[in-house]
Amino acid sequence: MPEATFLDSTELVLNMGPQHPSTHGVLRVILKLDGERVLGTECVIGYLHRGVEKIAENRTYVQFAPYVDRMDYVAAVSNGLGYCLAVEKLLGIEAPPRAQAVRVALTELNRISSHLLWLGTHALDIGAITPVFYTFREREEALKIFEKYCGARLTTHAFRIGGLQYETHDTYEKDLLAFCDMFPARVDEYEELLTGNRIWVGRTQGVGILTVEDCKELSVTGPPLRAAGLEWDLRKAQPYSGYEKYDFEIPTGANADTFDRYLVRMREMRQSVRIIRQAVEGLPSGPIMAKVPKVIKPPVGECYVSIESPKGELGYFVVSDNSTQPYRVRVRPPSFINLQALDRMCRGCLVADVVAIIGTIDIVLGEVDR
Amino acid sequence: MATTPWESDLVSRMKTRFGESIREFSTYAGQNFLLAEPGAVVPILEYLKIEEEFEYLVDLTAVHYPKREQQFDLLYVLYRFPPHNERIRVKTLITEGDRPPTVTGVYAGADWMEREVYDMFGIAFDGHQNMKRILLPDEWHGHPLRKEYGIIQQDQRWVQENLQIESGQ
Repeated sequence: MPEATFLDSTELVLNMGPQHPSTHGVLRVILKLDGERVLGTECVIGYLHRGVEKIAENRTYVQFAPYVDRMDYVAAVSNGLGYCLAVEKLLGIEAPPRAQAVRVALTELNRISSHLLWLGTHALDIGAITPVFYTFREREEALKIFEKYCGARLTTHAFRIGGLQYETHDTYEKDLLAFCDMFPARVDEYEELLTGNRIWVGRTQGVGILTVEDCKELSVTGPPLRAAGLEWDLRKAQPYSGYEKYDFEIPTGANADTFDRYLVRMREMRQSVRIIRQAVEGLPSGPIMAKVPKVIKPPVGECYVSIESPKGELGYFVVSDNSTQPYRVRVRPPSFINLQALDRMCRGCLVADVVAIIGTIDIVLGEVDR
Repeated sequence: MATTPWESDLVSRMKTRFGESIREFSTYAGQNFLLAEPGAVVPILEYLKIEEEFEYLVDLTAVHYPKREQQFDLLYVLYRFPPHNERIRVKTLITEGDRPPTVTGVYAGADWMEREVYDMFGIAFDGHQNMKRILLPDEWHGHPLRKEYGIIQQDQRWVQENLQIESGQ
């Protein structure tokens, strides 16, 4: 047996996180390496687990609504919408048209602010410092609109079961239209910084490939699925909140890599602007709340309601036993399910690419761990 | 639950194929589900995936009913992409201590979902490659989404040993 030397190439296990700037929170990834090559990864999650589903069983339907904002806290509006739709389905009611239009406008604005946070931090991870300052500038404008509407910027609790609590504020239409006028040119700015940038393209093209077959097998949805080429979006496939009335496209990619996922999200932001404009210009008048009983006690039953959140399919499974508290609430968090694909995307790539791949999945650990 | 019977071509095909192993085809709130015998779940999912194009396992979860003899509902939510654009739920009832077979062989994406069900309900899946907790620490005792687990209950020993504090409350 020859004696081992420093020149021996052996497998190395490297621990990344839970405190690591590129893991966007408290994600721990254990990497098995051969030199710079990744042989396999394992995610260790749960550092942010707060037992949201358990809390749901001990709160009334109304009391639980603000908790959902704390899962995917950069897309709190989407979380709230999914929960409200699920409870409304159990109650057999529907929000009135005016409430639906406001819901759509704010949810799409939230999609933009979520994508902006993703874009800024994703570029920062890869080494482009500038975009984060640009994207946070516009994100601020979006958050100001949320603040004006409901008083909160991040965990908004914007909607209520059955509709909306607040009528739109005086400058609602003006603010949103001003945002729609301003924003497309700003997306052009980001694209100028990144889309043709040789370093950006070099770091993202061909990295972290996840084909349509992989996505279906691993239940991956949202931008990664669309970037792989499948034109599937719940807003079109199974419309909710009146999405069938809006004219917009589903952007898709072809190469299923990090660069295409970037392009898909950039185009999604442009489509969201189109939807917001339609939702504001065609805002119907009328009530903002459906007839909801004072005490919410849905009949015994269960339902599964999904919406297209910025990160993928967000599902709520709510079981009622005809009491004031839900018997069970299950949240299908897109971040959690999509993160499962990390191993498949990382195998064979370089350590530096792992950072790009974590960024491109677009996870929020509050939602992964719940 | 006030359900109505669910009838479609898919249902009649499944009735001929699986017969008695599927006890019920129902609809509630416009959503279709079927109730299957625990042993038939894997063949049913295999059939649905391969022959009926339900390629996407949306979700896998459980519900605990401590007063029932068969304490747990186990649910599989499946979807087939357009042109079908259809979503169904496969439901089965299992007893405490049962080890239902894993479906990771059919849908690789079930891996973490089954681990979460194990973590939260203590239902261990037979044949799963990596059947361990996912959100809670590996040494934790108890399964929090069971109904007998209190809202402020914690694994005191784990908290004391690992966090060096008397109590997490």
